[in-house]
Amino acid sequence: MSLLDIDERLLDLIEKVEFGRSPINDIKVPGACDIGLVEGGLCNEDNVRTLNEFRENCSILVAVGACAINGGVPALRNEIDLKDCLETSYLTGVGIVDAQIPNDSELPLLLDKVHPIFDAVKIDYVLPGCPPPAEAFLELVTAVIEGREPNLGYQLRRFD
Amino acid sequence: MTIDIKNPSFLLDGEEVPFTEGQTVMEAALTAGSYIPHLCFHPELQAHGSCRLCIVESDNRLHASCTLQANSRLKVSSQTQAINKMRKHIVQMLFVEGNHICPSCEFSGNCQLQAMAYELDMEEGHFHFRYPKREQDASHNDIFLDRDRCINCELCVRASRENDAKNVFSLGGRGTETHLCANSASGKLGDTSLDVSDKAANICPVGALLINDQSYVTPKEDRVYYQTSISLRGNRRPKEIE
Repeated sequence: MSLLDIDERLLDLIEKVEFGRSPINDIKVPGACDIGLVEGGLCNEDNVRTLNEFRENCSILVAVGACAINGGVPALRNEIDLKDCLETSYLTGVGIVDAQIPNDSELPLLLDKVHPIFDAVKIDYVLPGCPPPAEAFLELVTAVIEGREPNLGYQLRRFD
Repeated sequence: MTIDIKNPSFLLDGEEVPFTEGQTVMEAALTAGSYIPHLCFHPELQAHGSCRLCIVESDNRLHASCTLQANSRLKVSSQTQAINKMRKHIVQMLFVEGNHICPSCEFSGNCQLQAMAYELDMEEGHFHFRYPKREQDASHNDIFLDRDRCINCELCVRASRENDAKNVFSLGGRGTETHLCANSASGKLGDTSLDVSDKAANICPVGALLINDQSYVTPKEDRVYYQTSISLRGNRRPKEIE
């Protein structure tokens, strides 16, 4: 959502691009697309399916933010056994009422470990940061539209 | 180049760097204001030569400049594309070897590993992340040891031995299991004589050794490497900035 921080320049951008599947609209399945921006790591089977759909449909796929690039804060659970994680969260943790581990067909199954998206698909560009600076989004998208390599200066390559 | 015996110098990336007898290439370069990337070197401690970020090329060989004795015949290359690419891969390997979650780290912005990544245009880890399980140590009243972030540079080990005359730390284990040990019978930091004022407690280049009440005291924008790269600012701890 930090893409929106480019503020009024969004109006210029919208003249040049068309938004496909995004959290801003209700499109469920990505169609053929030039640039795919993917945030978040791979935590569950639904994440993997969505990522593969993006890779199949996007000419350029961009890993956006720390979680997509290295797993980020959710990857802190990689040091802990998944069973222990679930049991502590839903069975034995403090203040739990009606203890049970959620198991509904609507809920995507968790992966054993959290993975950066590089582990599943080829990535063309990365935008580091938590979140990446709005200027970095603008520079990347503008560069792709203009057919040049993006130039992320010191201030636009942040890991935090 | 003619050799001036009274004022000896060597060439670093084509520039003359003066040195005094016994200095290493790293010491002479830093004295002359030429930055060579490094993480495990500290001017007040014995060189360790382990992080390999300070590699330079001379006579078609790579040397760690922190252990390479300066001499008048040296022609050293440091800022080349090939060497900086190797340095970037070294930093990437350090990132994937530990658990370096910058967004949740108190030391982000002050961290020399992170600053080195910025310096070398690193954007991602490149290699497969290992996500090792490492033991944390909160047994000390004033100092927290977060081994997830430790890069085994031994700065605290050397500072404790050479500066504090205490020998609080050592490296144990082998290969990927190498880890920082607290030298007490229990293995806990709280049972060592480490004091919050010790050099060893105030030298960590990453967020592995943190003084408890000093986290988040500085806003992000005022941290050491927020505006300025490590090659301009040097390897500094937050309190060493004017």
